[in-house]
Amino acid sequence: MADAKLSPDLFKRVTVDSTEKEKITTPALTFTQDAMRRLRQNKVAVVSLWIIIIIAIISIVTIFITPADPNKGNLAYTNLPPKIANWNIPGFNGYQDGINKYAGLGKNVWFLLGTDYLGRDLLSRIFVGTRVSLIIALVATLFDLTIGVSYGIISGWIGGRVDTVMQRIIEIVSSVPNLVVAILMLLVFKPGMTSIILAIGLTGWITMARLIRAQTLQLRDQEFILAAKTVGETGPKIAWRHLVPNLSSIIIIQTMFTIPTAIFFEAFLSYIGIGLPAPTASLGTLLSDGQKALQTQPYQLIYPAIVIVVLMLAFNLLADGLRDAFDPKSQR
Amino acid sequence: MIKYILKRVGYLILTLFLVASITFFLMKLLPGTPFNNPKLPPDQIVALKAQYGLDKPVWQQYLSYMLGLLHGDMGMSFQFSGQSVSYLIMSRIGPSLQLGLQAMILGTLLGILLGAVAAIRKNTWVDSVATIFAILGRSIPNFVFAALLQFFLAYKLRLFPIALWDGFSSSILPTIALAMAPLANTARFMRTEMVDVLNSDYIELARSKGETRWQTVANHALRNSMIPIVTIIGPMAVDLMVGSLVVENVFAIPGIGEQFVKSITTNDYPVIMGLTIMYSFMLTVVILIVDILYGIIDPRIRLNEEAN
Repeated sequence: MADAKLSPDLFKRVTVDSTEKEKITTPALTFTQDAMRRLRQNKVAVVSLWIIIIIAIISIVTIFITPADPNKGNLAYTNLPPKIANWNIPGFNGYQDGINKYAGLGKNVWFLLGTDYLGRDLLSRIFVGTRVSLIIALVATLFDLTIGVSYGIISGWIGGRVDTVMQRIIEIVSSVPNLVVAILMLLVFKPGMTSIILAIGLTGWITMARLIRAQTLQLRDQEFILAAKTVGETGPKIAWRHLVPNLSSIIIIQTMFTIPTAIFFEAFLSYIGIGLPAPTASLGTLLSDGQKALQTQPYQLIYPAIVIVVLMLAFNLLADGLRDAFDPKSQR
Repeated sequence: MIKYILKRVGYLILTLFLVASITFFLMKLLPGTPFNNPKLPPDQIVALKAQYGLDKPVWQQYLSYMLGLLHGDMGMSFQFSGQSVSYLIMSRIGPSLQLGLQAMILGTLLGILLGAVAAIRKNTWVDSVATIFAILGRSIPNFVFAALLQFFLAYKLRLFPIALWDGFSSSILPTIALAMAPLANTARFMRTEMVDVLNSDYIELARSKGETRWQTVANHALRNSMIPIVTIIGPMAVDLMVGSLVVENVFAIPGIGEQFVKSITTNDYPVIMGLTIMYSFMLTVVILIVDILYGIIDPRIRLNEEAN
């Protein structure tokens, strides 16, 4: 090192501009923008979001056009396996156990995903069933969101004896399995979409209420709430203007986790025979019908099963992505 | 600690009392009776109602039902004449408990393994595969999974009995179908905990003392990340009970889940009530045991509880 000769002109003086240091080069991001940026970087979540959007669009478009009437049977076409035009694709060529089931039905008769035991087009029924399941899941989720959030806020905000009683109630309700409560309710109400939504909505709010209460307890003593109180705002106004926005990330995340649970609940209830009455199609009734024909016509179970699994996967993965985006500290 | 347990047992009894009362009155609200067969002559319906005590005022029925519950009498089944509900439940609870326990053990063990491996090999393909397994386990409805297992492994490949309850081999497929949910839950939980633990100071200390990575995992990380798993035993028990309703149905296993579904379709109210109370009882007891266990395993929790 000693033989290296360093002359002063090798060095250049750098002046530090102190105003340059303070300059903000990137635009300031709000909390939501920041979360959305993180969400967009999560490829799995973005793909899931697109899958959900596509499924939603398909189920809306098929209100107006379906390949066939989903509830109209044709006894000449019962239990036909999948077939696409006259192409010879294994699994979609109308053959079952080596027998052409479409023999003698004419050249233009084919069903993309086959037909069920009443000769109804399975593809159309899946479209309708997906829509019905999605509607039930969304409305039930909205329902349990409203109950859960208001219950949690009231319990956490008022505190004291009210809180104790409300928490006791939660403890008692949660000691009966949700599905048993839902089943009991469905026995009391007439079976149908409204009662399923009620049954799911009235049983699913507990987790949401607990999370909201815990967070409200934390927020309650913070300065901005104190400031709002000092200015003289009323309780409900503080709850709506100050608490709900601060609870929004929990609400969004928990909602996304509730939707797949609601889809599962509906399918489960229809599957054990106390869900939607015939002929209404939902993913649950399709799976239930499909299971009865599983040994002879497996496609009647497999296609609805694929739809429900894709839907549940997409919602679960999106929910995971949203949680990581809104709450980067808890990488669960 | 004893005071805490006594308090919890008190709540447990209160909870069960309320559940039993609510179920009783819900059942009274139900439309239709099991005797609304048009072929039955009116005098026989009256006789049947008298036999089951349905002609008395509701409050008398309620009182006698609650008194009966105290010594395990849940009334008589409407559907199986001459059989008491408690006998029906007791004769059918065996297969359900066996399946539940097997599924719980299989699910937790595989879940712990999967979660731990995923955490140790974090952000590699092993982690991705484990995560995919866990998410699939959450997303495939268990009745679909059960039906597919039955179709492919039992019907097509003939590896297992298709259905019914006949020896250990017939319990394998239902156990696998039931174990999916606990497996997925445990794996997810375990991975998160393990990642936290592996980043902690005491693991670094153990490493600096010369332990290999696998030694630290076996001696320190595994044990410490398994403690919180105890807390999800409660939710897991719920999953298993719910799962048993359909899985037992798919495999035609004579358990209480299958009985419950059958009672719903046949309006067998006393059995529905008895099973609802039974399910709540098992669930509350599991949650109580878990809470007490947790206090013993991790004294910090107990201190918190006492401070409140």
